[in-house]
Amino acid sequence: MNEKNATRYQQRILAHYEQHQQSDRPTLILGIETSCDETSASVIKDGRVILSNIIASQADIHKRFGGVVPEVASRRHVENITLTIEESLQEAGVTLDDISAIAVTYGPGLVGALLVGVAAAKAISYARGIPLIGVHHIAGHIYANRLVTEMEFPLISLVVSGGHTELVYMDQHGSFEILGETRDDAAGEAYDKVARALSLPYPGGPHIDRLAHEGTPNVPLPRVWLEPDSYDFSFSGLKSAVLNTLHNAEQRGERIEPANLAASFQASVVEVLVEKTIRAAKAKQARQILLAGGVAANKGLREALTARCEQEGLTLIIPPLSLCTDNAAMIAAAGYISYQQGRFASLDLNGVPGLSLTEPF
Amino acid sequence: MRVLAFDTSSPVLTVAVADESRVLGEWTTNLNKNHSVTLMDGISALLDEIKTDPDQLTAIAVGQGPGSYTGVRIGVSTAKSMAWSLGIPVIGVSTLETIAMNAIGFGGLIVPLFDARRGQVYTGCWDSVEMTSLRSVLDERIILLRDWLPQVLEQAAGRPVLFLGDDVSLHRAVIEEMVGEQARFAPSGLNHPRAAQIAWLGMQKLEQADAPDTHAVNPEYLQVSEAEAKWLANQQK
Ligand SMILES: [Zn+2]
Repeated sequence: MNEKNATRYQQRILAHYEQHQQSDRPTLILGIETSCDETSASVIKDGRVILSNIIASQADIHKRFGGVVPEVASRRHVENITLTIEESLQEAGVTLDDISAIAVTYGPGLVGALLVGVAAAKAISYARGIPLIGVHHIAGHIYANRLVTEMEFPLISLVVSGGHTELVYMDQHGSFEILGETRDDAAGEAYDKVARALSLPYPGGPHIDRLAHEGTPNVPLPRVWLEPDSYDFSFSGLKSAVLNTLHNAEQRGERIEPANLAASFQASVVEVLVEKTIRAAKAKQARQILLAGGVAANKGLREALTARCEQEGLTLIIPPLSLCTDNAAMIAAAGYISYQQGRFASLDLNGVPGLSLTEPF
Repeated sequence: MRVLAFDTSSPVLTVAVADESRVLGEWTTNLNKNHSVTLMDGISALLDEIKTDPDQLTAIAVGQGPGSYTGVRIGVSTAKSMAWSLGIPVIGVSTLETIAMNAIGFGGLIVPLFDARRGQVYTGCWDSVEMTSLRSVLDERIILLRDWLPQVLEQAAGRPVLFLGDDVSLHRAVIEEMVGEQARFAPSGLNHPRAAQIAWLGMQKLEQADAPDTHAVNPEYLQVSEAEAKWLANQQK
């Protein structure tokens, strides 16, 4: 940065960074996450220790609409944002004076929702001269694992959530290679659609998971493997097969036990997710497999992946349920890597709904 | 007092810093498609220009709409977060009243408006108390222009009515048809919100009452979201 042409903001950020680097105080990152329907703020010490992780959930509000309504979510974010941040500092027992950097999710997600967190993060960064870091939401989900166990490279992360199904390869901190991703629906999306067909309430994932454990997987459903060497996924065919099975049974006047259908659907999803993950881990000689994203809360998936990893002698890390769903602690944990590398965002940081994981920022 | 004021409710991006007696700087553009990208740089550039650091600010005033939902949210989220982090008050000001301020001193009624699609407008109606302040005559609302104009005419009682806002051009035919000879249209320089007016309105509000709780300063959308409206309608069936 050319000192002479630098704006006052840039000068203040640089001075702040140098001062924090030289002090022997711990590095405290304030994380902010508003990409979907949770307003969250968190303070993380040295990239790994959670001092606070406040989540203002809107789940109850969106339940009545049968899904997240972007405009409603965005309105709630504005109402909650400063309160949530204030609470995260109070619970951590720190003030903005102690914060080394602010890390904020800038994509992917709902654009109107992202913009609230990004605006707040930039405003505080500018007002207080605190360095700003933009974080990819999925990088956050992966780094939730680092709040539990230190990461060892190379590693494979299976990211499954309402909007994502990805196999990510990492050979060092901050470096992401997408080995495979869904070509149509995300796993979580397929869960929601099947849940709707079975008249289960929104969000469908936990209900199918629960029901699956009461049933027997005796309904024949396809496993979509795609090309033999592919790490990609496809769930829309499976979803259609479930709907067809229900429809055909209805026409014949037969009844399919919902628990059995849920168990069969879950078995199909889980088998493909688990086998592709194991194959990728072996091919890449991964030292760890990390499970990440909201669907990591799925008991069926956790159990199957745990069993297969034990069988193969692979190390599996699964964050606690509270860190699997959207939260700001994981964003701060991912942001800590950028902080160490001195990679900061500027004041024109925007919310990017379709942000790519491999895009350098 | 040193007040930072801004508004992002419409394609206009306007930023100003003012004290009790002077506007220290003001910057306005009118073709803004992405306030998220430009607002903070705009604030930073203006404050650098007038050699003011954020910690020298004593209050923030923000246009809280009505207008583009996303636009208003960017402005209000920025304002309350800045104010909270600096420990200074934040005041929300009506974007419509801000535009009406451009015509303070006008001898009739002042009616600013934003297009709200399908024949509707976001609007309000003010009367000028000499050159010193505005008095609200009809509450701000979203309404069909054809339902609004008769109400305005009734309040005007024969006096002229000045229509303000860049969107007036979209509705000029209807206004001329229904308001006729009493309708007035302003020079273009009076049509957009100016942050200097927001700063002034904000300071007036701060003088008259305690600053509101920062967390409670939120956009004024003037209507519930479509999803909530549908849900409420279904509940009543
Ligand atoms: Zn997520």
